Amino acid sequence: MKCQICDNPATVHLTDIVNKKKRELHLCERCARERKLIPEPPAQQQLDLKALLKLLMNPFPAATEAEEETPVPWGCEICGLSLSEFKAVGRFGCPNDYEALRSALEPLLERIHRSLHHAGKTPRAIRLRELKRQMQQAVVKEEYEEAARLRDLIRQLEK
Amino acid sequence: MNLDSLLPNLGEWLRGTGPESDVVISTRIRLARNLAHLPFATRATSAHKADVVARVKEAITHAPPAHPLEYVDIPQLSHLDRQFLVERQLISRELAGGLEGPRGVAFDPTETASVMVNEEDHLRLQVLRSGFALDEAWHDIDQLDDALETRLSYAFHIQFGYLTACPTNVGTGMRASVMLHLPALGLTKQIDKVFRALQKINLAVRGLHGEGSRAFGDLYQISNHVTLGKSETKILSEIREVIITILQYERQARQVLLKERKQAEQDRVARAIGTLSSATMITAEETMELLSAVRLGIHLHLIDSIPVTAVNQLFIHTQAAHLQKLAGHPLDGEERNAARAKYLKTKLRELSLPRP
Repeated sequence: MKCQICDNPATVHLTDIVNKKKRELHLCERCARERKLIPEPPAQQQLDLKALLKLLMNPFPAATEAEEETPVPWGCEICGLSLSEFKAVGRFGCPNDYEALRSALEPLLERIHRSLHHAGKTPRAIRLRELKRQMQQAVVKEEYEEAARLRDLIRQLEK
Repeated sequence: MNLDSLLPNLGEWLRGTGPESDVVISTRIRLARNLAHLPFATRATSAHKADVVARVKEAITHAPPAHPLEYVDIPQLSHLDRQFLVERQLISRELAGGLEGPRGVAFDPTETASVMVNEEDHLRLQVLRSGFALDEAWHDIDQLDDALETRLSYAFHIQFGYLTACPTNVGTGMRASVMLHLPALGLTKQIDKVFRALQKINLAVRGLHGEGSRAFGDLYQISNHVTLGKSETKILSEIREVIITILQYERQARQVLLKERKQAEQDRVARAIGTLSSATMITAEETMELLSAVRLGIHLHLIDSIPVTAVNQLFIHTQAAHLQKLAGHPLDGEERNAARAKYLKTKLRELSLPRP
């Protein structure tokens, strides 16, 4: 199989399925590297998913077309931390940074933890709020047994 | 609080009697927590930090957890007292020296539970127990966390969990670490192999005083790396499995030592006690190495005159700040080495006297 961009043998094969539509891409290593699908060595050999997605959506952008940038967050409005500052110190300035810098943060979390979703303990206040919401829903649906069960759980938690 | 009152005691973690204490010295779990609507440490002004301190002090007095905590203000402490708390594993080196502004630590009289305030995160809860006690430590710290939360509003995000200043701690904010004494794996040259395997499964290995510290006296800390995407229970069970395997390796290596070179080991232990009880100058590093041999000797039943608690006491009391507290005045490097040797000599002589 030949590279879809130049005619060298294709050694990088990518498949992406979005909305049940399958898209394939066959490239040689050089072209894949040029399109930043593989980071430069000695960086870890890992796919840049964003670059891959972009390339799959539009594999052959016109030469004149300006490089389309994914919007880069400038920083946090509350504490004033900018993305470049965060990259320099590796520490956030306030809790809001997790939202303000989300698009830059998520690939980082994926690399560190191989996950983007908390699966552990939740503060009691938040557990309570959720149980109360569920109880009210149960009352509205006239599921009184369920509501009573939730009420008992809430009482236990409030103790 | 007068810190000198802690001096004659051993923290609970050095009792030396917990589960699997022939290999596992102690188990530590820490939780990183931050208060909602306040900047993290790097962006916090002195006023913000004072606010955090006030809120935490209020929380520990009004919502007394199972362990009653007493707050100690770090900026008010002498350099020596701060170092003393570092050696007792109650605060980090950063809280002692590297950081500025209002900060402190609250801990209970048994030194099992502590809360650092204004370290990298607003709160760093810690529970430290003797031996291999992950479940007990988790139970304690979970309760402490709940108790504080009734008075404090934590920064929590539905997707990311507990928010921390550094993205390496986000999610559970939990770091569980187990301190192991692995002399036989060291002697039989298998230790590097074990650690290479650990790094592959994403567990960190460090020396006694945490990141970047060297492993003295065959003491190693093994801890989880990942904090996001797994529950606390899952993280703990993954560590538990690994520790159990290392425990088995270490015990096997000890049996091999006993079988193949008992005489040589006996000699090594006797020489270690000889040096410890007759040197007139000795460094902390050498003391740790020799005490490691003595500890192994006790667990291999090569000596019975020294209880393991005594080794733990020697281990903590011969560290720099402890020695100076015992002496009652500051000592420079050479003076410390002499004081250390003298302390060891006296204590070991007391132990070798026939007990009444």
